[in-house]
Amino acid sequence: MLDQFKPLKVGIIPCNGEEICEGTLTRFACRKVLDSLRPGDTVTICLPLFIAGDKGEQNFAKTFPTITVDGGEKRCSQKSTERLSGRPRYAVVISELLKEKGVEPPSSRRKLTAQDQTAIDLVAEDIVKKVDEILEKG
Amino acid sequence: MKKKMVILPCSVIGKAYGEMGRQAIYELIEDLGEEQATTTCLARLMIDDPETKGLVHENLVITVDGCARDCARKNVEFTGKTVSSALRVIDVFKDNRDLKPEGILELGEPGFKLVHHLARKLREEVDRLNRGEA
Repeated sequence: MLDQFKPLKVGIIPCNGEEICEGTLTRFACRKVLDSLRPGDTVTICLPLFIAGDKGEQNFAKTFPTITVDGGEKRCSQKSTERLSGRPRYAVVISELLKEKGVEPPSSRRKLTAQDQTAIDLVAEDIVKKVDEILEKG
Repeated sequence: MKKKMVILPCSVIGKAYGEMGRQAIYELIEDLGEEQATTTCLARLMIDDPETKGLVHENLVITVDGCARDCARKNVEFTGKTVSSALRVIDVFKDNRDLKPEGILELGEPGFKLVHHLARKLREEVDRLNRGEA
């Protein structure tokens, strides 16, 4: 029976990223996945609550597969998740993904423009691909 | 050298309070200039980033939490730093019940009115701390 187990939900753990433009992009891409692309299959784990010691958030991340989404190479979400709950199934780093795809990062952390929608879509699609892989393979 | 104000929101992603706190901080920093006020990524404290810890420990810190869980304040205090002031977005919301943000990240006009209220409240705190009042 156990090998037939498939996760029902995937936890998405975005970084806070207040200081960097990619941090704002992280939020919009993750919300797009949560609200529009895979609303029934994903839940968000609140990183500040998680690192403040909330047992509910930490236990969820121990039990269910997670995808961390970091704005930059410091990988705060990934490292915090590894420290508090275990290795995430996938770790997305937006600055690296944009560079790889040749897409410009946003120029403002306060407000994204219509041009930044390409970057939001790209990141959201990358997360969705990973969500689908987890749900399919378990 | 005069200390900076380091203002840290919780940035909760499941509620509009997180975005409101974040936007209010950006508004205030643009208003005051980076030489007087700044922000940094809250989660860098968790990974023991030395630069971030230095910034927080050498300056005055104001936290802006979405709700009574006070995650931003707690995360700063875990590093041994006492915050100079701790605000909650929900309190500004309670004082302006007629204003409701339209979405979690897309706050709309009423949400941005709340952001401006919060930014003004933050400015009052900064002024109070600059006068040396505890």
